[in-house]
Amino acid sequence: MTSRQNDVVVRASGVDKSFMRDGQVVTTALSGIDLEIRRGEFISLIGPSGCGKSTLLRVIGDLTAPSAGSISVNGKPARQARRDRDYGIVFQAPVLFDWRTVEDNVRLPLELLGQSRAQRDGRADEMLALVELTDFAGHHPYQLSGGMQQRVAIARALALEPSLLLMDEPFGALDEMTRERMNSELLRIWQKTGTTVIFVTHSIPEAVFLSTRVVVMSARPGRVTDVIETDLPQPRSDQTREEPRYFERITQVREALRAGEPSRSSEMPP
Amino acid sequence: MTSVAPSVGVPLPSPLGRQRTGRFGRALSDYLPALVAFVAIVAIWEFAASRLQTRPYVMPPPSAIINALVENWSGGRWPLFASAQHTFIEALGGLVIGTVIGLVVAFAVSRWASARDAVLPVAVAANAIPIIAIAPIINNWFGVLEPLSKMMMAALLVFFPVMINVTRGLTQVEPAALELMRSYAASEGEILRKVRIPNALPFFLTALKVGATLSLIGAIVGEYFGGSSEVVGRIVVQSASALRFDVTWAAILLGAAAGIVFYLAIVVIERVLIPWHPSVRGEERQ
Repeated sequence: MTSRQNDVVVRASGVDKSFMRDGQVVTTALSGIDLEIRRGEFISLIGPSGCGKSTLLRVIGDLTAPSAGSISVNGKPARQARRDRDYGIVFQAPVLFDWRTVEDNVRLPLELLGQSRAQRDGRADEMLALVELTDFAGHHPYQLSGGMQQRVAIARALALEPSLLLMDEPFGALDEMTRERMNSELLRIWQKTGTTVIFVTHSIPEAVFLSTRVVVMSARPGRVTDVIETDLPQPRSDQTREEPRYFERITQVREALRAGEPSRSSEMPP
Repeated sequence: MTSVAPSVGVPLPSPLGRQRTGRFGRALSDYLPALVAFVAIVAIWEFAASRLQTRPYVMPPPSAIINALVENWSGGRWPLFASAQHTFIEALGGLVIGTVIGLVVAFAVSRWASARDAVLPVAVAANAIPIIAIAPIINNWFGVLEPLSKMMMAALLVFFPVMINVTRGLTQVEPAALELMRSYAASEGEILRKVRIPNALPFFLTALKVGATLSLIGAIVGEYFGGSSEVVGRIVVQSASALRFDVTWAAILLGAAAGIVFYLAIVVIERVLIPWHPSVRGEERQ
């Protein structure tokens, strides 16, 4: 029996985050964030730079503590969720260790969990197969392209079967074509693993293509201004990018982003 | 014999022609310019010394230096080989002592802020002491005739670059790498073993290269201020005052040889410890 309560992976209530210097608030990065993310969702956080979308991701991942409000992940405080290794994280840079082979990089979280060598090897092989890098297991990160490195980072993040995958502009450094390929790849992995994903991006098409819901944020202070359901049929493919509804949703997100900046739009000439 | 014809469709490595000569040939062609320059300098030196009739105590020709090296190799008033051995061991001992202390302090300093505040200013101040000024005191403390006093001189010079570089390597870790480890709830010890130490290895080896040269300088400077007569520093001082500059040059040559032995050993260690580092993998980078 699964109650609705159990289906919520992340619940943020009244989350504020301010950065202080000398006892004074310098920046209010987040203000009054309420958000509920259900199991299996793919959520994009989108907004102008400085809107706090990365900070929100880091607060959810307990990489930084909120100034007020609370985060619960799988019904427990974020700190406990981190200790229970409920998270997988992918940053904009792949953050692979050059002294480890591709396979050993994927094994890292399994080593930290204290798994046996046999378990680790099996799981790492599985993950490399998932991101289609089996042939590169013995390579070192510097021998791979940027897109391949990011796939290794994704394999590493998924190695512990996290219930929540946090991605902070993971394809921001890639060229447009590689990015589109990585987007399709990520969707395939998401469907196969059923992991809940929170994905930070500033690309509107990327957010619409990937997500089940797009959370639109605005800056100063960072807050959620709109949440848009992207009801495009699953599984999505290159064809999805040509459908009228895809463009409708892109327009909707763009308008929501503009609406979040009232001062800016009133300044603009008609 | 192996066939060396390149197969069709496989791009040749550049520059052309290198792939045919194999490993030895490649090494030879890499070092050929330096070798030519070295031979040329020696030839010009020899030629100039004989044509200009320079007095041997101003600038002995290379042939005279080689002569002095051979004649004094194993005995007599200037026992060159034994001296080089002794000095090498002093420098090596100093390198080991200085490196071990440097490592211990670096780990402590990068782990505990209180250790950093207490130790760093003292270390910087100690490093500011001119090594020549303190040599007589070190000789006095550890015994002027004991190799240990020269080792301590060398260790004093080696300590600082090792400590500073390794501290840097342990602390200058990509912030995202630390966040990644944090997201896996890794302990400080795990972060040390899996991130900080591998990250510090290239820094450590750079410090070792610097330290190897410094250890020879420390040992020889210590010897200038007194020591057993069978060491490079004493041979240099005494042969120079006897105007036997051919012997002086021969001793300097052996000192340089000791430095090269150190350097090559560290290059080998580098290839074993950090084959993944850009400084080692060099051209192999794709």
